[in-house]
Amino acid sequence: MADYTDTVILEVARFDPERDTEPTYESFEVPLRSDWMILDALNYIKDQLDGSLGYRWSCRMGICGSCGMMVNGVPKLTCETLLINLAPGPIRIGPLDHFPVVKDLVIEMDDFMNKLQKVKPYIVRKDDYKPQREFLQTPAQLEKFHQFSLCINCMLCYAACPVYGLEPEFTGPAALTLAERYNLDSRDQGASERTDVLSQHDGIWACTVVGECSNVCPKHVDPSLAIQEYKIDATKDWFKTWLMPWGNK
Amino acid sequence: MPSYKPFQPEAYRPRMSPFWYLDRWPYFQFIVRETSAFFVVYFTVIMLMQICAIETGVGAYAKFQAFMACPVVMVLNVIALASISFHAVTWFILVPRVFVRHVMGNVLPDFLISVPNFGAWLVASAVVAAFVLGIF
Repeated sequence: MADYTDTVILEVARFDPERDTEPTYESFEVPLRSDWMILDALNYIKDQLDGSLGYRWSCRMGICGSCGMMVNGVPKLTCETLLINLAPGPIRIGPLDHFPVVKDLVIEMDDFMNKLQKVKPYIVRKDDYKPQREFLQTPAQLEKFHQFSLCINCMLCYAACPVYGLEPEFTGPAALTLAERYNLDSRDQGASERTDVLSQHDGIWACTVVGECSNVCPKHVDPSLAIQEYKIDATKDWFKTWLMPWGNK
Repeated sequence: MPSYKPFQPEAYRPRMSPFWYLDRWPYFQFIVRETSAFFVVYFTVIMLMQICAIETGVGAYAKFQAFMACPVVMVLNVIALASISFHAVTWFILVPRVFVRHVMGNVLPDFLISVPNFGAWLVASAVVAAFVLGIF
């Protein structure tokens, strides 16, 4: 067991949009408690040291996806990251990479929300069938998309993706994964409506398989797998249109 | 009446450094994996040169052998071998991420997809080594 002191230094990004041109880091000394997550330490700073610190959080149990931040340069949910695991510090906390910073640790998520909307992450039905009861699915049909449905929109995958950082037009891992999640759902009929967004250059083909989106995902969704699965499906469809042009008639 | 000044904050928009791949080990690994593909082209060119020399005659092949024995080329070959090995290993580890894993309604575990790739690589290398060492 390392010889820890009873406190740890947190270097927290500070940015006041009315005053600063870029973020700076401010150090805070917080108690090093074995049962504290990074989020608890931020709450301590807000309650005891500096009430002006801005950051998002809500559920404190890895479900809402609000408290994603860069912890020592790696995107993490701060409600799931134990403070003691990063001792003796200092621990550097910053806003998620690749997003505009509104204040301190708060990022602007409009770009992600717009992209998410474009891929229609909901069940699309083309027929007028009004079911009298719920659609039934076999366990095998559920298994096809279940993993991808665990996404909590925390955007850690965007912060980990250098392609998104270099090309902000890239639709990005989470939006593409959720599109694939509905494409694989046996109740959905909207795959063709998503094709234009997914198959464009800024869609699946912009992904260069860095793979970090899957490594940082706190819910083990594996966005990289979803994107590559869609690439294979899109390629098969393209060949089918050439080999069996009558198939689309 | 108090006069209100509308709050119109200007968000800070970060730009990625041209050296972003040095920020984290996985990014650096990615860049090395991608750039190491250059040596695939290098080995292809060497192989084409070899085939050309064999087709031309004994003298040309002897010249080719002398060229390959040159210390600079040998060092380059060692670097190329290391790069291609790194490229292959990192790709085989990545294969489960780029492979449809649903077979007969079941999800294949990662190792069942990666291990056969490593196995095929080992077998192919053993066969080539057997030819080179004159076992066949």
